[in-house]
Amino acid sequence: MKCQRCEQNEATMHYTQVVNGEKTEVHLCNQCADKEGYMNFHNNGLSIHQFLTSMFPFDQPMSQKQSIQSHTTLQCDHCGLTYDEFRNKGKFGCNHCYEAFEPYLNPIFKRVHSGNERHVGKIPKRAGGNLHKQREMDKLKHELVQLIEKEAFEDAAQVRDRIKALREEIESEKGGDV
Amino acid sequence: MSVEQFVNEAVSPWMKEEGEDSDIVLSSRIRFARNLAQVPFPTSRNEEDLSRVLEYVEQEFNNQSFKSFKQFELIKMNELKPIEKRVLVEKHLISPHLAENNNVGGVLISHNEQASIMVNEEDHLRIQVYYSGFELDKALKNALDLDDWIEERIQFAFDERRGYLTSCPTNVGTGMRASVMMHLPALTMTKQMNQIIPEINKLGLVVRGIYGEGSEALGQLYQVSNQLTLGKSEEEIVNDLSSIVRQLINSERKAREWIVNQLGIQLENRIFRSYGILTHSRIIESKEAQKCISDVRLGIELGLIEGVSRQTINELMVFTQPGFLQQYAKKTLTPHERDIFRADLIRERLQLENNN
Repeated sequence: MKCQRCEQNEATMHYTQVVNGEKTEVHLCNQCADKEGYMNFHNNGLSIHQFLTSMFPFDQPMSQKQSIQSHTTLQCDHCGLTYDEFRNKGKFGCNHCYEAFEPYLNPIFKRVHSGNERHVGKIPKRAGGNLHKQREMDKLKHELVQLIEKEAFEDAAQVRDRIKALREEIESEKGGDV
Repeated sequence: MSVEQFVNEAVSPWMKEEGEDSDIVLSSRIRFARNLAQVPFPTSRNEEDLSRVLEYVEQEFNNQSFKSFKQFELIKMNELKPIEKRVLVEKHLISPHLAENNNVGGVLISHNEQASIMVNEEDHLRIQVYYSGFELDKALKNALDLDDWIEERIQFAFDERRGYLTSCPTNVGTGMRASVMMHLPALTMTKQMNQIIPEINKLGLVVRGIYGEGSEALGQLYQVSNQLTLGKSEEEIVNDLSSIVRQLINSERKAREWIVNQLGIQLENRIFRSYGILTHSRIIESKEAQKCISDVRLGIELGLIEGVSRQTINELMVFTQPGFLQQYAKKTLTPHERDIFRADLIRERLQLENNN
Protein backbone atom coordinates (compact mmCIF):
# COMPACT_ATOMS: atom_id res chain seq x y z
CA MET A 1 0.00 0.00 0.00
CA LYS A 2 1.31 3.45 -0.97
CA CYS A 3 1.54 6.41 1.39
CA GLN A 4 -1.55 8.64 1.27
CA ARG A 5 0.43 11.86 1.47
CA CYS A 6 3.35 11.54 -0.92
CA GLU A 7 1.84 8.67 -2.93
CA GLN A 8 5.34 7.39 -3.58
CA ASN A 9 6.75 5.45 -0.67
CA GLU A 10 5.33 2.31 0.83
CA ALA A 11 3.09 3.12 3.79
CA THR A 12 4.51 1.73 7.00
CA MET A 13 2.25 3.42 9.53
CA HIS A 14 -1.37 2.44 9.68
CA TYR A 15 -3.91 3.58 12.17
CA THR A 16 -7.53 4.32 12.65
CA GLN A 17 -8.56 7.80 13.65
CA VAL A 18 -11.98 8.54 15.08
CA VAL A 19 -13.00 12.21 15.07
CA ASN A 20 -16.53 13.03 16.24
CA GLY A 21 -17.60 9.50 15.47
CA GLU A 22 -16.13 9.72 11.94
CA LYS A 23 -13.73 6.83 11.38
CA THR A 24 -10.79 7.35 9.03
CA GLU A 25 -7.97 4.97 8.18
CA VAL A 26 -4.58 6.65 7.89
CA HIS A 27 -1.71 5.08 5.93
CA LEU A 28 1.59 6.93 5.77
CA CYS A 29 5.25 6.31 5.04
CA ASN A 30 7.85 7.08 7.72
CA GLN A 31 8.87 10.47 6.32
CA CYS A 32 5.32 11.73 5.93
CA ALA A 33 4.36 10.41 9.33
CA ASP A 34 7.24 12.49 10.70
CA LYS A 35 6.11 15.60 8.88
CA GLU A 36 2.51 15.10 9.91
CA GLY A 37 3.64 14.77 13.50
CA TYR A 38 2.34 11.26 13.98
CA MET A 39 3.98 8.85 16.29
CA ASN A 40 7.49 8.07 15.33
CA PHE A 41 9.13 4.90 16.44
CA HIS A 42 12.21 5.36 14.33
CA ASN A 43 13.42 8.62 15.78
CA ASN A 44 16.41 7.16 17.58
CA GLY A 45 17.61 5.65 14.32
CA LEU A 46 17.00 2.14 15.55
CA SER A 47 13.93 0.44 14.19
CA ILE A 48 12.88 -2.86 15.61
CA HIS A 49 13.71 -4.39 12.26
CA GLN A 50 17.28 -3.10 12.28
CA PHE A 51 17.76 -4.06 15.86
CA LEU A 52 16.54 -7.57 15.32
CA THR A 53 18.39 -8.32 12.11
CA SER A 54 21.69 -7.04 13.40
CA MET A 55 21.45 -9.43 16.30
CA PHE A 56 21.31 -12.40 13.99
CA PRO A 57 24.00 -12.08 11.35
CA PHE A 58 23.47 -15.65 10.19
CA ASP A 59 19.77 -15.24 9.66
CA GLN A 60 19.76 -16.35 6.04
CA PRO A 61 17.04 -18.50 4.60
CA MET A 62 18.02 -22.08 3.90
CA SER A 63 18.06 -21.78 0.16
CA GLN A 64 18.40 -25.30 -1.11
CA LYS A 65 15.47 -27.46 -0.14
CA GLN A 66 16.88 -30.54 1.45
CA SER A 67 15.40 -33.59 -0.10
CA ILE A 68 15.15 -36.54 2.20
CA GLN A 69 14.76 -39.88 0.60
CA SER A 70 12.05 -42.01 1.99
CA HIS A 71 13.34 -45.36 3.15
CA THR A 72 10.59 -47.79 3.98
CA THR A 73 13.12 -50.32 5.18
CA LEU A 74 14.64 -48.05 7.83
CA GLN A 75 13.21 -48.92 11.23
CA CYS A 76 14.05 -48.40 14.90
CA ASP A 77 14.95 -51.73 16.54
CA HIS A 78 13.66 -50.70 19.91
CA CYS A 79 10.20 -49.26 19.37
CA GLY A 80 9.57 -50.44 15.81
CA LEU A 81 8.88 -46.99 14.37
CA THR A 82 9.72 -46.83 10.65
CA TYR A 83 11.34 -43.83 9.06
CA ASP A 84 8.22 -43.23 6.98
CA GLU A 85 6.06 -43.17 10.09
CA PHE A 86 8.48 -40.73 11.66
CA ARG A 87 8.24 -38.48 8.63
CA ASN A 88 4.45 -38.59 8.59
CA LYS A 89 3.92 -38.02 12.29
CA GLY A 90 6.94 -35.81 12.86
CA LYS A 91 7.54 -37.50 16.22
CA PHE A 92 10.15 -39.96 17.44
CA GLY A 93 8.99 -43.13 19.23
CA CYS A 94 11.91 -43.53 21.65
CA ASN A 95 15.44 -42.29 22.27
CA HIS A 96 16.91 -45.05 20.05
CA CYS A 97 15.09 -43.61 17.02
CA TYR A 98 17.73 -40.87 17.07
CA GLU A 99 20.42 -43.48 16.30
CA ALA A 100 18.28 -45.40 13.83
CA PHE A 101 17.45 -42.36 11.71
CA GLU A 102 20.75 -40.58 12.33
CA PRO A 103 21.79 -40.21 8.66
CA TYR A 104 18.63 -38.23 7.91
CA LEU A 105 18.43 -36.02 10.97
CA ASN A 106 20.90 -33.22 10.27
CA PRO A 107 18.84 -31.59 7.51
CA ILE A 108 15.70 -31.81 9.67
CA PHE A 109 17.34 -30.29 12.73
CA LYS A 110 19.03 -27.62 10.65
CA ARG A 111 15.74 -26.62 9.11
CA VAL A 112 13.93 -26.47 12.45
CA HIS A 113 16.74 -24.88 14.47
CA SER A 114 18.14 -22.22 12.13
CA GLY A 115 21.03 -24.29 10.85
CA ASN A 116 22.06 -25.83 14.17
CA GLU A 117 22.58 -29.53 14.72
CA ARG A 118 24.67 -29.68 17.88
CA HIS A 119 23.62 -29.21 21.50
CA VAL A 120 25.59 -26.66 23.50
CA GLY A 121 23.31 -26.26 26.52
CA LYS A 122 22.90 -28.03 29.82
CA ILE A 123 24.45 -31.42 30.46
CA PRO A 124 22.76 -33.73 32.96
CA LYS A 125 25.05 -34.73 35.81
CA ARG A 126 24.36 -38.43 35.41
CA ALA A 127 24.32 -39.13 31.68
CA GLY A 128 26.85 -36.44 30.97
CA GLY A 129 29.91 -38.40 32.18
CA ASN A 130 33.04 -36.25 31.88
CA LEU A 131 31.31 -34.09 29.28
CA HIS A 132 31.16 -31.26 31.79
CA LYS A 133 34.93 -31.25 32.02
CA GLN A 134 35.34 -31.54 28.26
CA ARG A 135 33.13 -28.48 27.82
CA GLU A 136 35.10 -26.61 30.46
CA MET A 137 38.27 -27.60 28.59
CA ASP A 138 36.92 -26.26 25.28
CA LYS A 139 36.01 -23.03 26.99
CA LEU A 140 39.44 -22.63 28.57
CA LYS A 141 41.23 -23.36 25.29
CA HIS A 142 39.14 -20.70 23.60
CA GLU A 143 39.97 -18.28 26.41
CA LEU A 144 43.68 -19.07 26.08
CA VAL A 145 43.73 -18.21 22.38
CA GLN A 146 41.99 -14.91 23.05
CA LEU A 147 44.39 -14.00 25.87
CA ILE A 148 47.42 -14.75 23.73
CA GLU A 149 46.00 -12.61 20.93
CA LYS A 150 45.61 -9.78 23.44
CA GLU A 151 49.16 -10.49 24.63
CA ALA A 152 47.90 -10.91 28.19
CA PHE A 153 50.54 -13.51 28.92
CA GLU A 154 50.25 -13.58 32.69
CA ASP A 155 46.55 -14.42 32.53
CA ALA A 156 47.26 -16.85 29.73
CA ALA A 157 49.74 -18.72 31.89
CA GLN A 158 47.12 -19.14 34.57
CA VAL A 159 44.59 -20.47 32.09
CA ARG A 160 47.23 -22.83 30.71
CA ASP A 161 47.81 -24.23 34.20
CA ARG A 162 44.09 -24.77 34.67
CA ILE A 163 43.92 -26.63 31.35
CA LYS A 164 46.79 -28.82 32.45
CA ALA A 165 45.13 -29.64 35.76
CA LEU A 166 41.82 -30.38 34.06
CA ARG A 167 43.50 -32.64 31.52
CA GLU A 168 45.14 -34.62 34.30
CA GLU A 169 41.77 -34.97 36.03
CA ILE A 170 40.15 -36.31 32.87
CA GLU A 171 43.05 -38.69 32.26
CA SER A 172 42.98 -40.05 35.82
CA GLU A 173 39.22 -40.67 35.56
CA LYS A 174 39.72 -42.63 32.39
CA GLY A 175 42.34 -44.73 34.16
CA GLY A 176 39.98 -45.32 37.04
CA ASP A 177 37.43 -46.94 34.78
CA VAL A 178 39.68 -49.84 33.83
CA MET B 1 -6.63 -35.82 47.37
CA SER B 2 -6.65 -32.07 47.43
CA VAL B 3 -7.36 -31.23 43.83
CA GLU B 4 -10.03 -28.90 45.27
CA GLN B 5 -7.36 -26.46 46.30
CA PHE B 6 -6.09 -26.20 42.74
CA VAL B 7 -9.50 -25.84 41.10
CA ASN B 8 -11.33 -23.62 43.57
CA GLU B 9 -9.04 -20.59 43.56
CA ALA B 10 -9.08 -18.56 40.34
CA VAL B 11 -5.71 -17.01 40.93
CA SER B 12 -2.63 -19.13 41.63
CA PRO B 13 -0.71 -18.02 44.72
CA TRP B 14 2.36 -17.07 42.65
CA MET B 15 0.29 -14.59 40.61
CA LYS B 16 -0.24 -12.49 43.72
CA GLU B 17 3.39 -11.50 43.82
CA GLU B 18 4.40 -8.58 41.66
CA GLY B 19 7.38 -9.06 39.35
CA GLU B 20 9.31 -6.65 37.15
CA ASP B 21 7.47 -4.60 34.52
CA SER B 22 4.15 -6.08 35.54
CA ASP B 23 2.29 -3.17 33.92
CA ILE B 24 3.05 -4.96 30.64
CA VAL B 25 4.39 -8.44 31.35
CA LEU B 26 1.90 -10.68 33.12
CA SER B 27 4.03 -13.76 33.57
CA SER B 28 7.28 -15.51 32.63
CA ARG B 29 7.49 -19.24 32.09
CA ILE B 30 10.28 -21.78 31.56
CA ARG B 31 9.45 -25.30 30.42
CA PHE B 32 11.79 -28.28 29.98
CA ALA B 33 10.89 -31.41 28.01
CA ARG B 34 12.54 -34.51 29.49
CA ASN B 35 12.31 -38.24 28.87
CA LEU B 36 13.38 -41.32 30.77
CA ALA B 37 16.28 -43.09 29.11
CA GLN B 38 14.89 -46.62 29.40
CA VAL B 39 11.26 -46.20 28.31
CA PRO B 40 9.77 -45.47 24.85
CA PHE B 41 8.33 -41.96 24.54
CA PRO B 42 4.61 -41.37 25.23
CA THR B 43 4.19 -41.02 21.45
CA SER B 44 4.66 -44.81 21.24
CA ARG B 45 1.41 -45.19 23.22
CA ASN B 46 2.59 -48.22 25.14
CA GLU B 47 0.25 -47.85 28.11
CA GLU B 48 1.94 -50.53 30.18
CA ASP B 49 5.32 -48.79 30.06
CA LEU B 50 3.79 -45.38 30.57
CA SER B 51 1.74 -46.38 33.59
CA ARG B 52 5.00 -47.62 35.13
CA VAL B 53 6.49 -44.15 34.54
CA LEU B 54 3.52 -42.57 36.30
CA GLU B 55 3.81 -45.01 39.22
CA TYR B 56 7.51 -44.31 39.53
CA VAL B 57 6.98 -40.56 39.55
CA GLU B 58 4.26 -40.95 42.18
CA GLN B 59 6.48 -43.10 44.36
CA GLU B 60 9.50 -40.79 44.09
CA PHE B 61 7.98 -37.33 44.08
CA ASN B 62 4.46 -37.33 45.50
CA ASN B 63 4.37 -35.27 48.72
CA GLN B 64 8.07 -34.42 48.37
CA SER B 65 9.23 -30.85 48.91
CA PHE B 66 11.84 -28.90 47.02
CA LYS B 67 13.13 -25.47 48.00
CA SER B 68 10.77 -22.54 47.43
CA PHE B 69 8.33 -24.72 45.52
CA LYS B 70 7.48 -26.58 48.74
CA GLN B 71 5.42 -29.72 48.53
CA PHE B 72 4.44 -31.42 45.27
CA GLU B 73 1.20 -33.28 44.86
CA LEU B 74 0.55 -35.87 42.15
CA ILE B 75 -2.82 -35.72 40.43
CA LYS B 76 -3.78 -38.46 37.99
CA MET B 77 -5.79 -37.50 34.93
CA ASN B 78 -8.14 -40.49 35.14
CA GLU B 79 -9.18 -39.45 38.65
CA LEU B 80 -10.37 -36.03 37.52
CA LYS B 81 -13.81 -34.92 36.36
CA PRO B 82 -13.81 -33.22 32.94
CA ILE B 83 -14.65 -29.89 34.55
CA GLU B 84 -11.69 -30.16 36.93
CA LYS B 85 -9.35 -30.87 34.03
CA ARG B 86 -10.71 -27.85 32.23
CA VAL B 87 -10.00 -25.58 35.17
CA LEU B 88 -6.43 -26.89 35.39
CA VAL B 89 -6.03 -26.09 31.68
CA GLU B 90 -7.44 -22.59 32.16
CA LYS B 91 -4.94 -22.03 34.95
CA HIS B 92 -2.16 -23.31 32.65
CA LEU B 93 -1.24 -26.05 35.11
CA ILE B 94 -1.78 -28.73 32.46
CA SER B 95 -2.01 -28.64 28.67
CA PRO B 96 -5.16 -29.40 26.67
CA HIS B 97 -3.26 -32.35 25.18
CA LEU B 98 -2.71 -33.92 28.60
CA ALA B 99 -6.34 -33.34 29.58
CA GLU B 100 -7.83 -34.77 26.41
CA ASN B 101 -6.55 -38.21 25.66
CA ASN B 102 -4.87 -39.73 28.59
CA ASN B 103 -5.34 -42.75 30.82
CA VAL B 104 -1.75 -42.70 31.97
CA GLY B 105 -1.23 -38.96 32.33
CA GLY B 106 -0.66 -37.09 35.54
CA VAL B 107 0.69 -33.87 36.92
CA LEU B 108 2.80 -32.95 39.92
CA ILE B 109 1.74 -29.52 41.13
CA SER B 110 3.66 -27.57 43.74
CA HIS B 111 1.70 -26.19 46.65
CA ASN B 112 2.07 -22.59 45.43
CA GLU B 113 1.24 -23.68 41.85
CA GLN B 114 4.48 -22.12 40.69
CA ALA B 115 5.78 -25.39 39.32
CA SER B 116 3.90 -28.12 37.53
CA ILE B 117 5.40 -31.28 36.10
CA MET B 118 3.23 -33.03 33.55
CA VAL B 119 3.74 -36.77 33.26
CA ASN B 120 3.22 -38.61 29.96
CA GLU B 121 2.24 -35.60 27.92
CA GLU B 122 4.11 -35.63 24.60
CA ASP B 123 7.28 -36.33 26.60
CA HIS B 124 7.54 -38.31 29.83
CA LEU B 125 8.09 -35.12 31.80
CA ARG B 126 7.26 -31.52 31.05
CA ILE B 127 8.72 -29.44 33.85
CA GLN B 128 7.43 -25.89 33.99
CA VAL B 129 7.71 -22.94 36.34
CA TYR B 130 5.86 -19.64 36.33
CA TYR B 131 6.79 -16.26 37.74
CA SER B 132 4.74 -13.10 37.89
CA GLY B 133 6.02 -10.23 35.73
CA PHE B 134 9.19 -10.12 33.62
CA GLU B 135 11.35 -12.58 35.57
CA LEU B 136 12.87 -14.89 32.98
CA ASP B 137 16.29 -15.08 34.65
CA LYS B 138 14.83 -16.03 37.98
CA ALA B 139 12.50 -18.53 36.30
CA LEU B 140 15.41 -20.12 34.42
CA LYS B 141 17.57 -20.45 37.51
CA ASN B 142 14.83 -22.09 39.54
CA ALA B 143 13.73 -24.32 36.68
CA LEU B 144 17.31 -25.56 36.27
CA ASP B 145 17.47 -26.31 40.00
CA LEU B 146 14.19 -28.18 39.85
CA ASP B 147 15.46 -30.13 36.84
CA ASP B 148 18.61 -31.12 38.82
CA TRP B 149 16.48 -32.28 41.71
CA ILE B 150 14.40 -34.53 39.44
CA GLU B 151 17.49 -35.82 37.72
CA GLU B 152 18.77 -37.14 41.04
CA ARG B 153 16.15 -39.86 40.79
CA ILE B 154 15.60 -40.22 37.05
CA GLN B 155 18.07 -40.91 34.29
CA PHE B 156 17.17 -38.67 31.37
CA ALA B 157 17.49 -39.59 27.71
CA PHE B 158 20.49 -37.51 26.67
CA ASP B 159 22.94 -37.55 23.79
CA GLU B 160 26.22 -35.69 23.75
CA ARG B 161 25.64 -34.29 20.30
CA ARG B 162 21.86 -33.82 20.28
CA GLY B 163 21.28 -32.92 23.91
CA TYR B 164 18.05 -33.88 25.65
CA LEU B 165 16.14 -36.26 23.41
CA THR B 166 12.47 -35.43 22.93
CA SER B 167 9.49 -36.82 21.02
CA CYS B 168 9.37 -33.86 18.70
CA PRO B 169 12.39 -32.62 16.73
CA THR B 170 11.33 -29.06 17.56
CA ASN B 171 12.25 -29.56 21.23
CA VAL B 172 15.53 -31.48 20.96
CA GLY B 173 18.66 -30.00 22.54
CA THR B 174 17.79 -27.92 25.55
CA GLY B 175 14.18 -29.12 25.52
CA MET B 176 13.44 -25.62 26.69
CA ARG B 177 10.60 -23.29 25.86
CA ALA B 178 10.86 -19.88 27.50
CA SER B 179 7.88 -17.61 27.19
CA VAL B 180 6.38 -14.40 28.49
CA MET B 181 2.78 -13.28 28.42
CA MET B 182 2.45 -9.62 27.50
CA HIS B 183 -0.40 -7.13 27.46
CA LEU B 184 0.18 -4.88 24.43
CA PRO B 185 -2.96 -2.80 23.93
CA ALA B 186 -1.27 0.35 22.59
CA LEU B 187 0.86 -1.52 20.04
CA THR B 188 -2.27 -3.37 18.97
CA MET B 189 -4.40 -0.23 18.72
CA THR B 190 -1.77 1.53 16.62
CA LYS B 191 -1.63 -1.59 14.42
CA GLN B 192 2.08 -2.04 14.92
CA MET B 193 1.84 -5.67 15.96
CA ASN B 194 1.21 -6.57 12.30
CA GLN B 195 4.68 -5.28 11.45
CA ILE B 196 6.46 -6.44 14.59
CA ILE B 197 5.29 -10.05 14.58
CA PRO B 198 6.92 -11.05 11.25
CA GLU B 199 10.20 -9.38 12.30
CA ILE B 200 10.33 -11.27 15.55
CA ASN B 201 9.50 -14.51 13.77
CA LYS B 202 12.66 -14.14 11.69
CA LEU B 203 14.76 -14.49 14.83
CA GLY B 204 13.71 -17.91 15.92
CA LEU B 205 11.14 -16.41 18.27
CA VAL B 206 7.38 -16.71 18.04
CA VAL B 207 4.65 -14.23 18.92
CA ARG B 208 1.09 -15.36 19.06
CA GLY B 209 -2.16 -14.05 20.44
CA ILE B 210 -3.20 -15.86 23.57
CA TYR B 211 -6.84 -15.97 22.65
CA GLY B 212 -7.93 -15.55 19.05
CA GLU B 213 -5.78 -15.57 15.94
CA GLY B 214 -2.44 -13.93 15.22
CA SER B 215 -2.41 -10.17 15.43
CA GLU B 216 -6.12 -10.06 16.23
CA ALA B 217 -5.32 -11.21 19.72
CA LEU B 218 -8.36 -11.10 21.93
CA GLY B 219 -7.72 -9.21 25.12
CA GLN B 220 -4.56 -7.87 23.45
CA LEU B 221 -2.51 -10.53 25.17
CA TYR B 222 0.47 -12.05 23.39
CA GLN B 223 2.83 -14.85 24.17
CA VAL B 224 6.43 -14.43 23.03
CA SER B 225 8.59 -17.55 23.11
CA ASN B 226 11.67 -19.16 21.60
CA GLN B 227 11.32 -21.52 18.65
CA LEU B 228 14.87 -22.76 18.49
CA THR B 229 16.09 -25.27 21.09
CA LEU B 230 19.27 -26.63 19.51
CA GLY B 231 22.64 -24.93 19.09
CA LYS B 232 22.25 -22.36 21.84
CA SER B 233 22.54 -22.65 25.58
CA GLU B 234 19.60 -22.07 27.89
CA GLU B 235 21.11 -18.75 28.98
CA GLU B 236 21.65 -17.57 25.41
CA ILE B 237 18.07 -18.41 24.48
CA VAL B 238 16.74 -16.55 27.50
CA ASN B 239 19.00 -13.56 26.77
CA ASP B 240 17.80 -13.35 23.17
CA LEU B 241 14.19 -13.57 24.26
CA SER B 242 14.72 -11.03 27.03
CA SER B 243 16.21 -8.43 24.71
CA ILE B 244 13.19 -8.68 22.41
CA VAL B 245 10.79 -8.49 25.34
CA ARG B 246 12.66 -5.43 26.57
CA GLN B 247 12.22 -3.82 23.13
CA LEU B 248 8.53 -4.64 23.12
CA ILE B 249 8.10 -3.16 26.59
CA ASN B 250 9.78 0.08 25.50
CA SER B 251 7.74 0.28 22.31
CA GLU B 252 4.52 -0.38 24.19
CA ARG B 253 5.35 2.34 26.72
CA LYS B 254 6.00 4.84 23.91
CA ALA B 255 2.84 3.79 22.14
CA ARG B 256 0.85 4.24 25.36
CA GLU B 257 2.21 7.75 25.73
CA TRP B 258 1.30 8.44 22.15
CA ILE B 259 -2.28 7.22 22.34
CA VAL B 260 -2.81 9.25 25.51
CA ASN B 261 -1.60 12.39 23.74
CA GLN B 262 -3.27 11.76 20.41
CA LEU B 263 -6.56 10.24 21.42
CA GLY B 264 -7.10 12.04 24.74
CA ILE B 265 -10.74 11.97 25.68
CA GLN B 266 -11.52 9.32 23.07
CA LEU B 267 -9.21 6.90 24.80
CA GLU B 268 -10.72 7.77 28.16
CA ASN B 269 -14.15 7.28 26.67
CA ARG B 270 -13.25 3.82 25.39
CA ILE B 271 -11.74 2.76 28.71
CA PHE B 272 -14.59 4.03 30.86
CA ARG B 273 -17.22 2.57 28.55
CA SER B 274 -15.58 -0.81 28.98
CA TYR B 275 -15.46 -0.28 32.72
CA GLY B 276 -19.15 0.61 32.61
CA ILE B 277 -19.98 -2.58 30.75
CA LEU B 278 -18.12 -4.71 33.27
CA THR B 279 -19.72 -3.02 36.26
CA HIS B 280 -23.27 -2.95 34.87
CA SER B 281 -23.97 -5.61 32.29
CA ARG B 282 -26.33 -8.50 33.04
CA ILE B 283 -25.23 -10.74 30.18
CA ILE B 284 -21.68 -10.78 28.85
CA GLU B 285 -19.97 -13.11 26.39
CA SER B 286 -16.43 -14.26 26.91
CA LYS B 287 -15.13 -12.24 23.94
CA GLU B 288 -16.66 -8.98 25.07
CA ALA B 289 -15.49 -9.58 28.61
CA GLN B 290 -11.91 -10.09 27.42
CA LYS B 291 -11.97 -6.89 25.40
CA CYS B 292 -13.38 -4.85 28.27
CA ILE B 293 -10.98 -6.35 30.79
CA SER B 294 -8.09 -5.41 28.50
CA ASP B 295 -9.34 -1.80 28.29
CA VAL B 296 -9.78 -1.59 32.05
CA ARG B 297 -6.32 -3.04 32.63
CA LEU B 298 -4.91 -0.29 30.40
CA GLY B 299 -7.01 2.26 32.28
CA ILE B 300 -5.49 1.12 35.56
CA GLU B 301 -1.93 1.29 34.20
CA LEU B 302 -2.54 4.78 32.80
CA GLY B 303 -3.87 5.94 36.15
CA LEU B 304 -7.33 6.66 34.72
CA ILE B 305 -9.13 4.03 36.77
CA GLU B 306 -8.41 4.04 40.46
CA GLY B 307 -9.46 1.63 43.15
CA VAL B 308 -9.19 -1.53 41.02
CA SER B 309 -6.04 -3.60 41.43
CA ARG B 310 -4.11 -5.60 38.82
CA GLN B 311 -4.79 -8.52 41.05
CA THR B 312 -8.54 -8.20 40.51
CA ILE B 313 -8.05 -7.92 36.77
CA ASN B 314 -6.01 -11.13 36.75
CA GLU B 315 -8.79 -12.81 38.67
CA LEU B 316 -11.43 -11.60 36.22
CA MET B 317 -9.38 -13.00 33.33
CA VAL B 318 -9.68 -16.48 34.77
CA PHE B 319 -13.33 -15.95 35.78
CA THR B 320 -14.35 -15.26 32.21
CA GLN B 321 -13.38 -18.75 31.10
CA PRO B 322 -16.10 -21.40 30.79
CA GLY B 323 -14.46 -24.12 32.91
CA PHE B 324 -13.88 -21.96 35.91
CA LEU B 325 -17.36 -20.45 35.75
CA GLN B 326 -18.95 -23.88 35.93
CA GLN B 327 -16.64 -25.03 38.67
CA TYR B 328 -17.68 -21.95 40.60
CA ALA B 329 -21.38 -22.45 39.88
CA LYS B 330 -20.99 -26.10 40.95
CA LYS B 331 -23.02 -27.23 37.95
CA THR B 332 -23.01 -27.43 34.18
CA LEU B 333 -24.24 -24.25 32.54
CA THR B 334 -25.62 -23.64 29.08
CA PRO B 335 -23.74 -20.96 27.12
CA HIS B 336 -26.51 -18.46 27.85
CA GLU B 337 -26.48 -19.23 31.57
CA ARG B 338 -22.72 -18.86 31.51
CA ASP B 339 -22.97 -15.36 30.05
CA ILE B 340 -25.37 -14.35 32.81
CA PHE B 341 -23.30 -15.94 35.54
CA ARG B 342 -20.12 -14.35 34.14
CA ALA B 343 -21.73 -10.89 34.21
CA ASP B 344 -22.87 -11.47 37.81
CA LEU B 345 -19.43 -12.58 38.96
CA ILE B 346 -17.62 -9.68 37.32
CA ARG B 347 -20.09 -7.16 38.72
CA GLU B 348 -19.85 -8.55 42.22
CA ARG B 349 -16.09 -8.71 42.12
CA LEU B 350 -15.73 -5.09 41.01
CA GLN B 351 -18.31 -3.92 43.53
CA LEU B 352 -16.41 -5.65 46.30
CA GLU B 353 -13.30 -3.84 45.17
CA ASN B 354 -15.03 -0.45 45.23
CA ASN B 355 -16.34 -0.96 48.73
CA ASN B 356 -12.91 -1.69 50.10
